[in-house]
Amino acid sequence: MMDEFHLFNHRVDSSTGKFKFSVKDSICTEDMPTTAGSQILFNYIPRFDATVVERLKKAGGVCIGKTAMDAFGFGSFSVNVGLDKEVPKNPLDKERVCGGSSGGAAGAVALLDENHIALGQSTGGSIACPAAFCGVIGLTPTYGRVSRYGLLSYANSLDKIGPIAKTVKKCAEVLEIISGADGKDATCVEKEKGFSEDIGRDISGLKIGVIAEAFGEGVDPEIAEAVRHAAGMLGEVEEVSLPITMKYGVSTYYLIALTEASTNLAKYCGLRYGVEGEPSGVSFNDYFSSVRSENFNKETKRRIILGTFARMVGYRDAYYIKAMKVRQLIIDEYKKLFEKYDVLISPSMPVIAPKFDEVEKMTPMQQYMMDILTVGPNLAGLPHISIPCGKKDGMPIGMLLIGDHWNEKRIIQVADYYEKK
Amino acid sequence: MELTKELLLQIAANSRLKLSEEEVSEFLPQLKEVMEVFSKLEEVNTDHVEPAFHPITVRNVFREDKVEDCFSEEEVFDSAVKNKEEGYFKGPKAV
Repeated sequence: MMDEFHLFNHRVDSSTGKFKFSVKDSICTEDMPTTAGSQILFNYIPRFDATVVERLKKAGGVCIGKTAMDAFGFGSFSVNVGLDKEVPKNPLDKERVCGGSSGGAAGAVALLDENHIALGQSTGGSIACPAAFCGVIGLTPTYGRVSRYGLLSYANSLDKIGPIAKTVKKCAEVLEIISGADGKDATCVEKEKGFSEDIGRDISGLKIGVIAEAFGEGVDPEIAEAVRHAAGMLGEVEEVSLPITMKYGVSTYYLIALTEASTNLAKYCGLRYGVEGEPSGVSFNDYFSSVRSENFNKETKRRIILGTFARMVGYRDAYYIKAMKVRQLIIDEYKKLFEKYDVLISPSMPVIAPKFDEVEKMTPMQQYMMDILTVGPNLAGLPHISIPCGKKDGMPIGMLLIGDHWNEKRIIQVADYYEKK
Repeated sequence: MELTKELLLQIAANSRLKLSEEEVSEFLPQLKEVMEVFSKLEEVNTDHVEPAFHPITVRNVFREDKVEDCFSEEEVFDSAVKNKEEGYFKGPKAV
C-alpha cells in the first residue's frame, strides 16, 4: 500500500464488500476525515455520509479512503495541496502530475485493480482532466443529476459529482447507483436513467460533431491528431463551431466559479468545526482573518480575492453579472448544435500530463488556460466523458465526448463503442 | 480597471484575509494578468441577454413538510470542537 499513499489523504484497508470505492476528500464520509485538501479542515470528521457515499454503501460498496486533491478543488494539477502531505504523482510517470482537481481519484483508479471505482467532483473540468492525464474514464453527469448533499461546495451553480473508473460500463453502473432525486438536495432532480441501455447498439445513425476551435491554437498538434483520428473511427464526423465558448469560456467560468467560491468559503472562519483559534481578547474580524490567513494556501487566497473583487460594489455588473450573461450565450451555442448532433467531440486537455517543474513555471493565468476545453460543457451543465485515445511520450491522451442535457446514455454508448474497438 | 496595491489590500480585508508583504508582491502581478484577461469579456455583446444563474432551469424540489430526525447535541458539539460552553459555540466578542 506504501506506493499509493500520495494519492490519498486518508486510507483504510478493507477486504470486505462487493466493490471498493474511494471518495474525493471534498465529499463527506461518516467518521472518516474530510478536509477538502485544506489545512483549515485537517481535523474535521463528519458525522454523516454524503448521499452519494450512502448510496454506494447501500449497493454493497466499501469505502477505502479519501483521495488527494487541490485544496477546495482549486487547481488543474493537484499540486495546490493545502495539507501537510505529499503531492499526488501520476502512477504512469512519477515526475508528472495526476491532473486536478480530482487527481488522487484518477491516480488511484489507474493504480488499483478493476474492482475499485472513485468518486470525483467537477466544477470546471476536475473529473475529465485527471482522467485524461491518468488514462482512465471520467464521467461528469448533467448538472442536477447527482445529489450534492455532503459535498463541500466550490461553486454551487457548477459543482457535479461523478464517477472515475477503468471502463465506461463501470462509470455507467456507478452513475446508475448515485443519481436520482434526494430530499436533502433541492437542486437534484429525478430523470430517466438506464445509462447502460444503449451499450452495444449500432452507432452508425448518430450525428457526431468535432469542435473545430478545440484542435487549433494552444492545443498540442499530436493530441489534436490523435483525437481527430479516434473521432474518425466513430463514423462520419462534421466540423462544428463554438466561437463564444472557445474564446470566452475560461474567463466566464473563472468569474462565476470564483465569485461563488468566495462566498462559499466564508464559512471557514475558525468556528464550529475545523481549525480554531483563541477567541478571547481578539476582535471579531481579527479572529476570522487570522485563522483564515494561517490555514488557507496561496491559491485559495488568490481565488477568494478574485471572487470577492468580481462581486464588489462597482465591479459586480462588469464581471459577475456579465459572466452570467455570457454563460447564457454559451449554453445557447451548445443547445443549437444539439438540435442537429448527438455527440460533440474535442480533446479533453490541450496537453499531456505536464511534469512538476513545468507546472511550477506557469503563472496562475497560464494554469487557468489549461481548462479551455473542459469549461464549456461544465458552464452549460452538459454531461461529458473523457476516454483514453492514444499516447504521446508514453502518456495517455484523452478524448472528450459531450452530450445534451440528461443524455448521458448517448455518450456512454459511443464511448463504450470506441473503448471496445 | 487597474488593480492597485491599495485595492488588493482592500479586497483582502473584505475577504477577511491578511496578506503578508511577500504575498502582496507575489499576487499583485499575477492577479493583474488574470483580471486583464477576464476584462476581455466586455467585448461580448450581451444586450437583451438574461444572466444564467444556473446551467439548466432549476426548480426547487421540496420534500414533505414532516419533522425528521436531526443531529443530537453531542453530535453537533463534536469532541474535536475546542471552543464551546454550555451548549453553545464560543467565538470572539462581536461588540
